[in-house]
Amino acid sequence: MAKGVRPRVKVPSSASAGEVITIKTLISHKMESGQRKDSDGNKIPRSIINHFTCTFNGETVIDVKMEPAISTNPYFEFDATVPEAGEFKFVWNDDDGSVYEETKAIEVG
Amino acid sequence: MKLKALTAAAALLVAPGLALAGPDDDTLVINGETEMVTKTEAPAHMEETGISEIISGWHFRSDETQALEMDDFDNPGMVFVDIGMEQWETVEGSAEKSCASCHDAPEDSMTGVRAVYPKWNEAAGEVRTLAQQINACREDQMGAEPYGYTSGEMANMEALISLQSRGMPVDVAIDGPAQSTWEAGKELYYTRTGQLELSCANCHENNYGNMIRADHLSQGQINGFPVYRLKNAKLNTVHARFKGCVRDTRAETYSPGSPEFVALELYVASRGNGLSVEAPSVRN
Repeated sequence: MAKGVRPRVKVPSSASAGEVITIKTLISHKMESGQRKDSDGNKIPRSIINHFTCTFNGETVIDVKMEPAISTNPYFEFDATVPEAGEFKFVWNDDDGSVYEETKAIEVG
Repeated sequence: MKLKALTAAAALLVAPGLALAGPDDDTLVINGETEMVTKTEAPAHMEETGISEIISGWHFRSDETQALEMDDFDNPGMVFVDIGMEQWETVEGSAEKSCASCHDAPEDSMTGVRAVYPKWNEAAGEVRTLAQQINACREDQMGAEPYGYTSGEMANMEALISLQSRGMPVDVAIDGPAQSTWEAGKELYYTRTGQLELSCANCHENNYGNMIRADHLSQGQINGFPVYRLKNAKLNTVHARFKGCVRDTRAETYSPGSPEFVALELYVASRGNGLSVEAPSVRN
């Protein structure tokens, strides 16, 4: 398992129905591309987050396939319309099979 | 006639470039709540320099770079603060202590610390930087290996501690027992080094607001250190920056942690007395 991985998410705690909100996500991860070699000349194996999704009450908001050229600590910022109160669920999939999850509830009022 | 027209055109081209290189008038508010002092009256000891206003390096950066520092979520330096917090709680060394064993939560124990460093240490009989104090703690109290002076671990720890003083004015003492060190630092600041024969003052006192090739020259303030630089995607310490600057004059540099750089840090910090501690700041 990659070390020091920590997902971070910023979602407003409340919104009005139908409002468009901005969501920011960042996961600290070294995103080793698999192209580099260590000081002994051995290839450093690829270790990246390869898939990121955000769903709202089960409905897909964003679904991102990620490739080795993406930088360390990948950051995504996107907008979402909030039709009703519910829960955003964020999932990151690591090359090593690890799954990192974060959820944020939002109220409508 | 034609030549004159060309000169006029050139002047027109140059003018906007110069205007862009100077400090802007934006206001730095972090997380929409903490307003920072990024321009203020120069401290009394700078009277002879002709600089009446001291300006944070934040004002010399583009709007996009500035914005990164205005929200902790966007500030990539905060990732390293989190790692610093893990280090804070990690038990190391023969005494089986962590930072937290003695100092509890940094939010309580480290407030205001960064603002007054480098600082005279009575017991040691010398001016110490924050980095030296961290390593003294590690060696004497924890029985642990010291961090490399400009290492990532040191930068993380400095960022964590500095964050607790964010928004407080830099206020390093330059009189009393620290005075001789301060004088030595001032001497270095005005000493030309390297094949290019440049002193700190040549760029950061006489030419701030002008371009140095493709980059904007700031006043070289260190109130934002450790700083996250976009060019290397990590936190950078003061002495690593000093080393880079002196190297760029094509000189053999002093070593990070050397008495020369400690003195220079005290002097440069004192030129920022009154600016808010900004660490971890974001620059290019």
